Amino acid sequence: MAASGLTIMAVLERRIVKPRPVYLNLLEIRQPLPAIVSILHRISGALLFLVGIPVLLWGVHVSVASPEAFAQWKSVMAQPLWKLVALALAWAYIHHLLAGLRHLALDVHVGVELAPARRSSAIVLVLSLLLTIIVAVRLW
Amino acid sequence: MVTNPSHEAVSAHYGWRDWLSQRVTAVVMALYTLLVFGVVVWHGGLDYSVWKGLFANNAFKLATFLFMIALFFHAWVGVRNIAMDYVKPTGWRLAVQMVVICMLIAYAGWTIQILWGAV
Repeated sequence: MAASGLTIMAVLERRIVKPRPVYLNLLEIRQPLPAIVSILHRISGALLFLVGIPVLLWGVHVSVASPEAFAQWKSVMAQPLWKLVALALAWAYIHHLLAGLRHLALDVHVGVELAPARRSSAIVLVLSLLLTIIVAVRLW
Repeated sequence: MVTNPSHEAVSAHYGWRDWLSQRVTAVVMALYTLLVFGVVVWHGGLDYSVWKGLFANNAFKLATFLFMIALFFHAWVGVRNIAMDYVKPTGWRLAVQMVVICMLIAYAGWTIQILWGAV
């Protein structure tokens, strides 16, 4: 009893004397693919909340009112700046959706091993970019 | 009945509830996304008559309402998680969360106005 108490004390003291190295330079750590998908999931979600929801509501509100309003909305959306906004939101929605579906699969224990988890995160990244390119082609 | 008071004191259930609601709302939104995508592909694009027709259809209005409410719940859980991670001072975090709640309630009002308002 006393001996194990001493061991614990020694371990505690060691931790104080020799703390584990902490290296948290996020710009220099090479993040694994699932980590990149994860942070992009968060960034795209924030973007969809801050910009996506108001733009969506505004778009539906003005476009549904009358044929003239619809045409006017289309001409506004044809401006390069708005096209970029629409494209960014399209990427955010697609990435968030695909990363979310991957998350649901992980929740039911599909693809939780390292190799499939890496592969599915690569698929999410590439597929969302490809679909965004398709949206871009249709926009321009 | 014997219950463990510490569980209730720390409210061990709300995390589970958020976890579940985040997934249920996600599925609702994914299905709606498929629906809208299908409608657009079916009509070969969106012109005004299709667009107006959709929003004149009560079933589509209700589906859209369901999507938006799911979206607002989903956004609340997500943004609150972000706030809990990055906004450390309690007062600031509370302020951020209150602003977010007000925005989402206002958006819900706007949604009803768009769907059922006299335009």
